[in-house]
Amino acid sequence: MSAIPLTPHISDDQPWKLPSKGKVGMYCLIVAESAIFIIFVLAYLFYIGKTTFGPTPAVLEVPIINSIALLSSSITIMLAERALEHGKMKGFSLWWAITIALGSYFLYGTGVEWYKLIHEDGLTISTNLFGTTFYSLVGLHATHVIFGLIGLTLTLIFALTGKLKHEHNEKVQILALYWHFVDAIWIVVFTVVYIIGR
Amino acid sequence: MADSTLPIQGALDITPPAARKHSILEIAHSWITTVDHKKLGILYTVFGIFWLLVGGAEAIAIRIQLAMPNNHFLSPQTYNQFFTMHGTTMVFLVGMTIIFGFANYLVPLMIGARDMAFPRLNAFSFWVTAFGGTLLYYSFLGGSGLYGVGSAPDVGWFAYAPLTARAFSPGHATDYWAISLIVSGIGTVGTAINIVATTVSMRCKGMTLMRMPLFVWLFFVVSALTLITITPLTAAQIMLTIDRYLGGHFFDTQAGGSAVAWMHFFWIFGHPEVYVLILPAFAIANEIIPVFSRKAIFGYPAMAAASVGIAFVSLGVWAHHMFTVGMTSVSNAFFTLSTMLVGIPTGIKIFNWLATMWGGKIRFATPMLFLTAFLFQFLIAGLTGIMLSVSPWDWQLHNSYFVIAHFHYVLVGALVFAIFGGLYYWFPKATGKMLSEKIGKWHFWLFIIGFHLTFDTMHVPGILGMPRSIYTYEPDRGWGPWNLVVSIGGIIQGIATLVFAYNMIVSLRKGEEAGPDPWDAWTLEWTTSSPPPDYNFAIDPVVGSRRPLWDLKHPEDPDWKYEA
Ligand code: HEM
Ligand SMILES: [Cu+2]
Repeated sequence: MSAIPLTPHISDDQPWKLPSKGKVGMYCLIVAESAIFIIFVLAYLFYIGKTTFGPTPAVLEVPIINSIALLSSSITIMLAERALEHGKMKGFSLWWAITIALGSYFLYGTGVEWYKLIHEDGLTISTNLFGTTFYSLVGLHATHVIFGLIGLTLTLIFALTGKLKHEHNEKVQILALYWHFVDAIWIVVFTVVYIIGR
Repeated sequence: MADSTLPIQGALDITPPAARKHSILEIAHSWITTVDHKKLGILYTVFGIFWLLVGGAEAIAIRIQLAMPNNHFLSPQTYNQFFTMHGTTMVFLVGMTIIFGFANYLVPLMIGARDMAFPRLNAFSFWVTAFGGTLLYYSFLGGSGLYGVGSAPDVGWFAYAPLTARAFSPGHATDYWAISLIVSGIGTVGTAINIVATTVSMRCKGMTLMRMPLFVWLFFVVSALTLITITPLTAAQIMLTIDRYLGGHFFDTQAGGSAVAWMHFFWIFGHPEVYVLILPAFAIANEIIPVFSRKAIFGYPAMAAASVGIAFVSLGVWAHHMFTVGMTSVSNAFFTLSTMLVGIPTGIKIFNWLATMWGGKIRFATPMLFLTAFLFQFLIAGLTGIMLSVSPWDWQLHNSYFVIAHFHYVLVGALVFAIFGGLYYWFPKATGKMLSEKIGKWHFWLFIIGFHLTFDTMHVPGILGMPRSIYTYEPDRGWGPWNLVVSIGGIIQGIATLVFAYNMIVSLRKGEEAGPDPWDAWTLEWTTSSPPPDYNFAIDPVVGSRRPLWDLKHPEDPDWKYEA
C-alpha cells in the first residue's frame, strides 16, 4: 500500500513495527479471566472455615497425579510449538495429541474426584458453603480446561487433515498461550484449595 | 486559516460511489451483517440513545411519584422496579454503549487504521450487548405479565444481598438482572479487548504513543480498566446465579455466607466502573476544548500520565461505599485517604483544561458550550465527592439524597454533558450533516436549566435527611417543596433530550452539508471525507506530530517543531 506522509519530515523508509494484535488480544483476555479467578479465589479464601455444617475440606484427597499430568502438558505443548516452528508437522501433531491426552486425563481425574465426593462424602454444591466454594472454583477452572481442549482438538483436526501450515504458527502460539494460562491458574487453585484450605 | 475545503492528500480524491436507491431489506441486511467499525459505532450509539430515552422515561415516572408527599402514582413494587431498572439501564445500556460507540467509531480513524483489530469480534460484541439489554427488558413481560409490570428486577442496581436471596426475591426478576448483565458484560469485555489490541497494534506509521490523540490514550486506559472491572462483577453475578439456581451459599448468611462479601465484590466493580464512565468524558473534553480554544492541549504528557494515575487509584478506593457497614477505623482511614488521592490527578486535568482555554480564542459553538458546562459541573461533583469521602460525613449522608445528587452530578453533569458535546462535534463526521446550531442552543439551555434545578436542589433534602429508595414520604418532613423543584427540573431535562432527538432526526434529513473538516480541527479523522468511505483512508496516513492536520494546513509553522 502506498503511503503519503501527512507530515513531510517523516521519511517513508523508517521501520515501523507494532506488536501482533492476536497476542495482544490474548493477553487482554488472560487479564480479564484472571480478574474473574481472583474474585473466586478471594471468595474461597474468605470462606475457609466458615462452613457451619456438613463435610469439611478434610474429605479432599490431594490430586497429585492429576496435577502432574496437567502441568506437564505445558511442556508438551511447548515442544509442539517448537516442532511447528521448524516445520515438522508430524512432530507437531504428536506432541499436540499428547497435550490433549494429558488435559483429558486431568478432566477424567476431576470427574473421579467429584464422583467420590458426591457419592461417598455426600458433598454437592448445595450441601454447605464448602461445597459451594469448592465446586465453583474447581469447576470454573475445569470449564476453562474444557474450552482449551476444544480449541486444541480442532487444531489437531486441522493438522491431521493438512489444513494447518507453518504460517499458522502465530495462531497456534496464541492458543498455546491460553493453555499455559489454564495451567498457571491450576497452580493457584491447587495451592488455595488443597494446601491452604485443608 | 479556517479553510475547510483545503485539499488533503489521500482524502478528498475520494469520490463517493454514485448514489443508488437501496431497498429497506438491503439496508437492514447491510447493518445487521456489518463488521465495519463505523457502522458498529453508530449502532452502539443509536442503541445507547434509545435506552437513554427509556431510562429517562423511568426517571420521569420516579420523579412524578416523588413530586408530592403521599403520592400514589406508582405502587411501591413498581417504584422499586423503576429505580432498579433506571440505574441498571443508565450505567450498562446507556453509559457503556454510548462510550463504546464513540470508541468504535473514532479510535481507528484517529490512529489512521482501516478497522479495529478484530472486526468480527466487534460485531459479535455489539450483538451480544444488544441481546443482554433486550433480555433485561424482557423481564417486564415475564412473570406476572405486562399489566402488573411483570417481574422486572427490583433489588436496586447494586443488588445487595440478602435481598437477592430466593427467600426475599422469589420469581425470576433477580435472575434477569444477573444473567442479562453477564451476557452484556461478555460483549463489553470483547470490545475492550478489541480497543486495546487496536491501539497497540494498528497505529499508522509514525504514530508513536506520545503522538496518539489524548482521546485514544484515554480509551486505551478505559478499556484496560474495563478488563479488570467488569469481570469481578461477572464473577459476583455467577456466584449469585449459583446461589439462586443451584442452592449455593455464597451470600446466604444462614449457612455461613456473607452479605458484606457481596458488597465488596460489587464495589470492587462499582467504583472503578464510575471511572470507566468518566474517563471517556475526559477523552471527549481533550478533543473539543483545544479545537474550540484554538490552542494545542496544555500539558499533553501530564494529561496522559494523570489518566493512568486515575485508573490505578480508582482500583483501591471501593470501600468508601461501605463506610456505614462497620469496617474498622483503620480501613475507614485508608479508604478516606485513598479516595482523596484521586483529587491529585483529577486536579491536574482540570488545571490543564483551564490552561488550554486560557488566552485562547474560544468559540462557543454547541459542542464547546456542553464541554464548558462539563468542566464547571465536574469540579462541583468532585467537591461533593471529597465531602463524602470523609467517613463521619458519610455516616451522616450515606443513602440519602445527597449521595444521589453527588453521583448524578458526575454522571449527568459530566458524562452526559460530554456525550452531548461529543455528539454535536462528531455527528457531522458520521453523517456528513451538521446538527442544527439553533436547536442545539435550545437543547443546551433547556438541559442546563433542568439539570441545575434538579441536582443542585437535590442536595438539600439529602442534608435534611431524606433517604434514597423510598417510594413516598409524609408531608411533615419539609421535603415536599424541594422535591417538587427537583421533579420539575427532571421534566425539563426530559424535554431537552427530546429536543435533541428531534435535532438529530431533522438534521439528518435537512442538515447543512458538513464537508470533511467543519470545525477546522487537527486529528486524522478530519482528513477523510464525511462520512468516511468503507476503508477510511484512500491512502494510509503517515504522521509526524500530534496534530497532523495542523501541520498540513500550516506548513510554515508545523506542530512537530514544538514537541519535546
Ligand atoms: C472526584 C472524585 C470522587 C470522589 C471523591 C467520590 C466519592 C464518593 C463517595 C465517598 C461515595 C459514597 C457515598 C455513599 O454511598 O455514602 C460516592 C458515591 C458514588 N459516586 Fe462518587 N466520587 C468521585 C467521583 C465519581 C465519579 C467520577 C462517578 C461516576 C462517573 C461517581 C459516581 C458515584 C456513584 C454512582 C455513587 C453512588 C453509589 C451508590 O451508592 O449507589 N463518583 N462517591
Ligand atoms: Cu466510589
